[in-house]
Amino acid sequence: MHDLSPLTPLGNAEPSIESIGEVTLEEVTDVALASVAARLGREDDTRLALATLIEVDAPAPSRHAGSTIRAFWTGPDQWMVEAPLETHEDLAKMLSNEIGSAASITEQTDAWCRFDLVGNDLFRALELLCPADTADWSGGEVQRCSIEHLGCFVLCRDPSTVSILGPRSAAGSLHHALVTACHAAF
Amino acid sequence: MIINHPILGPRDAAEFVYKGDASLINRPDWQADDAAERFHEYGYLRDNSAGLHRELWFHEQGDRSWLVVTRDTTTHEITKVELARDVARAEGRSR
Repeated sequence: MHDLSPLTPLGNAEPSIESIGEVTLEEVTDVALASVAARLGREDDTRLALATLIEVDAPAPSRHAGSTIRAFWTGPDQWMVEAPLETHEDLAKMLSNEIGSAASITEQTDAWCRFDLVGNDLFRALELLCPADTADWSGGEVQRCSIEHLGCFVLCRDPSTVSILGPRSAAGSLHHALVTACHAAF
Repeated sequence: MIINHPILGPRDAAEFVYKGDASLINRPDWQADDAAERFHEYGYLRDNSAGLHRELWFHEQGDRSWLVVTRDTTTHEITKVELARDVARAEGRSR
């Protein structure tokens, strides 16, 4: 029997957390992810099933919503679902059982790394990184955009918390970009 | 240049990738008797018009939707932006 220890996307035993000026940059590893893409002609069925799961309407374009299970919009009739890893490690399987053949569900947990920026005036760092109008964000917004050369999702949880999801295989590069921007801005 | 995305609003053209003439969404029937000739036209022959031109753009650094953009090749003015899937469905296609 192998005795393997999981590593975070940055390659450490524990998620990194660091303070840069007045903001905190933390690696988040306790969230399960799965993508939901409605099949042709089953868009309304998918939207209804997703609404039941997240207990609010399926998010409109560029929005995220939910409670324990959350979803954010990734494209026309497509969403990414987030849930606590501790209780929902089999998120894709659970979604598949609930949504059935109305949508294509894909496990995404280990495909992404996530960094949360916590602090005030986060747009000062974000405006150096991506073309989103983050200064106007107040909570609930999401946008896919390029940070350096990486396709990332930027989510505004509340005015002082922003999550950045990027490709796990480039976690080090994304982390470097975030640290550099934070040092420049704060 | 700004492309007014039908779902996401005005976005910088740098977020998009140009994918060619919009007629490319009308792929010929490979089982037709004249399929070889039709695919030759589909693959190689383009109108090079001065004026309004319908073209495909892919929102590569955004939501990855495909758009049909109507642009004037003499002024770069964009007069219409539609989701490519809406265009295809309006023409009676299933996807």
